[in-house]
Amino acid sequence: MNHDSYNDAYIREILNTVKTVAMVGASPQNVRPSYFVFKYLAERGYDMIPINPGQVGKSLLGKPFVASLQEIGRPVDMIDIFRSAEHVMPIVDIALTLDPLPKVVWMQLGVRHDEAAAKLEAAGIKVVMNRCPKIEYGRLSSEIQWMGVNSRTLSSKRAPIPTQGMRLSLNRSSLGGGSTAAADRVAQQNNKDKNDTA
Amino acid sequence: MNDRIPGFGTLAVHAGAQPDPTTGARATPIYQTTSFVFNDADHAASLFGLQSFGNIYTRITNPTTAVLEERVAALEGGTAALAVASGHAAQLVVFQQLLQPGDEFIASRKLYGGSINQFSHAFKSFGWNVVWADPDDVPSFERAVTDKTKAIFIESIANPAGSITDIEAVAAVARKAGVPLIVDNTLATPYLIKPIDHGADIVVHSLTKFLGGHGNSLGGIIVDAGTFDWSKGNKYPVLSEPRPEYHGIKLQETFGNFAFAIACRVLGLRDLGPALSPFNAFLIQTGIETLPLRMQRHSDNAKAVAEWLSAHPKVAAVNYSGLSDNRYHTLARKYAPKGAGAVFTFSLKGGYDAGVSLVSNLKLFSHLANVGDTRSLVIHPASTTHSQLDDEAKTRSGAGPDVVRLSVGIEDKEDLIADLEQALNA
Ligand SMILES: Cc1ncc(COP(=O)(O)O)c(C=O)c1O
Repeated sequence: MNHDSYNDAYIREILNTVKTVAMVGASPQNVRPSYFVFKYLAERGYDMIPINPGQVGKSLLGKPFVASLQEIGRPVDMIDIFRSAEHVMPIVDIALTLDPLPKVVWMQLGVRHDEAAAKLEAAGIKVVMNRCPKIEYGRLSSEIQWMGVNSRTLSSKRAPIPTQGMRLSLNRSSLGGGSTAAADRVAQQNNKDKNDTA
Repeated sequence: MNDRIPGFGTLAVHAGAQPDPTTGARATPIYQTTSFVFNDADHAASLFGLQSFGNIYTRITNPTTAVLEERVAALEGGTAALAVASGHAAQLVVFQQLLQPGDEFIASRKLYGGSINQFSHAFKSFGWNVVWADPDDVPSFERAVTDKTKAIFIESIANPAGSITDIEAVAAVARKAGVPLIVDNTLATPYLIKPIDHGADIVVHSLTKFLGGHGNSLGGIIVDAGTFDWSKGNKYPVLSEPRPEYHGIKLQETFGNFAFAIACRVLGLRDLGPALSPFNAFLIQTGIETLPLRMQRHSDNAKAVAEWLSAHPKVAAVNYSGLSDNRYHTLARKYAPKGAGAVFTFSLKGGYDAGVSLVSNLKLFSHLANVGDTRSLVIHPASTTHSQLDDEAKTRSGAGPDVVRLSVGIEDKEDLIADLEQALNA
């Protein structure tokens, strides 16, 4: 599958169906992007599990840190990888030993690993790379528009009233909106440059 | 794989707006409120810490203004936008994110007179130093680059003379220098020119002009193209380094390809304060719904008026890039194929006095210091908008003493031509 761009239906389906999310690389520091995303997704009703071997014994927003994916002890629907590309393959290899397998592996903004993606997809696992679930959730619910961000969606339908901790507003009916082709081109070029030098 | 991308006219009407979730109101409500309640202390803390999307106080975000912001971002093809109180405020906020005292930026000599003043005088008091370059000689931008250069600023269609800048050529200079290209797209609007498609990293507008379009509201906007890497070479510490105001957040790392727009909002607008009124945002976004219709009509009328003027015996010269003998015509056809906009200048054989008398004899054209109204407007720049420049700078920016500037409105072109005819013959 093409990982340069994803259609809204693919992302919406993932965000609508996963419930348990293990975040590898979750940071306890409240100025780190992983903390922002962890908190946001927890507030939207996802069952969040922080994975960070250096923090075991502590907890993040009331959820105890777990040392590794194998030690979660219950099924996870999605693994959100908050580690740079060179750490991805070992995490994916562990993910592929889980039983049941996760439905989705999501790699954060700036993280892309085509080889790992191919391996996951061969096992029937959906992959999202170089995206942020917080941004995508905010975009599809149009909540991100409050910050002046181009949600790339349009809708003539009344959105369900967003209520704290509820996930209603993600089900807004929408079609594609204004494109960000220039930014997308730069992102693709950067990825190409990275692969060429690697 | 991609969702269908709607056309410009559809985005102009719909982007950013949706029926109000609470009331079902189809037009965007005017959220005329200073502040927004928090759900609880934790919600407040997440909003102040930038961890959640949401509204705190109208100086920082407002749901009516947000519709305008997303609409202009979508029309320009940017990742995000920030609306502010005026075009000048937009420029101030942009440069405050990019420049430290002692830094330089390169600007085109052919700019709106107010921008020349802002850059030469107000910015100097912040230690931001402008270096001028000639848009008709792109290598002059390259020659002006030093290790202190932090940005390049041009107008797509320049005010007042309507000349067209070779955006792609200047963008290549900016890329080579490793600095962002800022394009003031006020006179073109994204309907005629989309600077981001030609390499702009940041687009600014005076919304006061064609975007609002009805001469009733001041406003400005900053669009982030999402194309510039702010972390390279530590040249833009505001975006790449931990922010003490936000307990050490790094903006580019956190907000990715819309970090510049966020910096403008949570540092620039929050701390400098030039917020747009939600009521103005409402009027401006209502104006934008008809932008494609108005802009085409403005351009078509301007071309008809320019052609008529160039055949008139009392007219010495007409500077409209939409005319085939104009020196910018090739650039106009490349960058603005739908039309060359509504603002242009012409000079009269009778010089300064003839210009002054023309302005006072017109009955339909309004004599005032603005452009981009539905109404046709006229001004003598040398004695008004450009009066604070010295004679050489006036001539260089296309506002010599014999020059009259028109902003052609959307009235019937026959009536505009008849008004000019009676005024020239009076
Ligand atoms: C090209 C251009 N840029 C910027 C401005 C400044 O905008 P404002 O008057 O909204 O501050 C103007 C106003 O005339 C303009 O024509």
